[in-house]
Amino acid sequence: MDLGLDVTEYDNGITVLAVRGEVDVYTAPRLREKLVELVSKGKHQIVVDLEAVDFLDSTGLGVLVGGLKRLRSHEGDLSLVCTQQRILKVFEITGLTKVFTIYESVDAATTAK
Amino acid sequence: MEAVEAAPVIELEIPARAEYVGLARLVMSSLATARRALAEERIDDLKLAVSEACTNAIEAHADVDVDERVTLRWSEGDDRLEVQIEDRGQGFDPGQLPEHPPVTDPERLNFERGLGIPLIRTLVDEVSFDPSEAGTSVRLVMFCGPADDLDVSS
Repeated sequence: MDLGLDVTEYDNGITVLAVRGEVDVYTAPRLREKLVELVSKGKHQIVVDLEAVDFLDSTGLGVLVGGLKRLRSHEGDLSLVCTQQRILKVFEITGLTKVFTIYESVDAATTAK
Repeated sequence: MEAVEAAPVIELEIPARAEYVGLARLVMSSLATARRALAEERIDDLKLAVSEACTNAIEAHADVDVDERVTLRWSEGDDRLEVQIEDRGQGFDPGQLPEHPPVTDPERLNFERGLGIPLIRTLVDEVSFDPSEAGTSVRLVMFCGPADDLDVSS
């Protein structure tokens, strides 16, 4: 099972991490490593694009919560792009829609700051 | 006298390793699609609940270094489907889960784990956790009709 992780850097200092595939207990460690790597490179405004994610469970949520915590400690932020109802539902059930800023598109996320 | 057809029981054993969780949820959600009247959204719910239960089962094995398998058992009743997930870990008490701070509390970010059980409880129609010294058995129940009875409006 592949997890795609594509990084795009914008001129305004925002880094978009586009995730593709299924995020679960097997693949979530790779997402965590990528977020840690980006933060250690000084990328402190990160947008995680979940539009190509087919499945996300609580392990994936935990990694995103950990990423947000790490970025906040650097005065940064981690926001999300997601319009898929099946993925949004996981954030809604757990109340995490109140923790993350969730945008409808990468354009909206990268121009909002 | 007519013979009564026994409800099918299908078992799947997976190695207690993270890379097999995807296979387990794929098999169980495919069974739900093929055999029962369940809206797509509810199949997604079952898929996620199975994934959460299998993740817990595999972590229970890792905690005690038990190199055994996790068993998933699919069964059906007239109005329901059931997926039972059995591990051979130490047994866990769902009542002992740490409570998370409110989501608006900055302290909430210190908790990356513990979301699986609340998710399972929300996603399926019935759930029971049966911990014992031999492991934990989690039973997930979804109410539904037979596959030829799918009402797409539901």
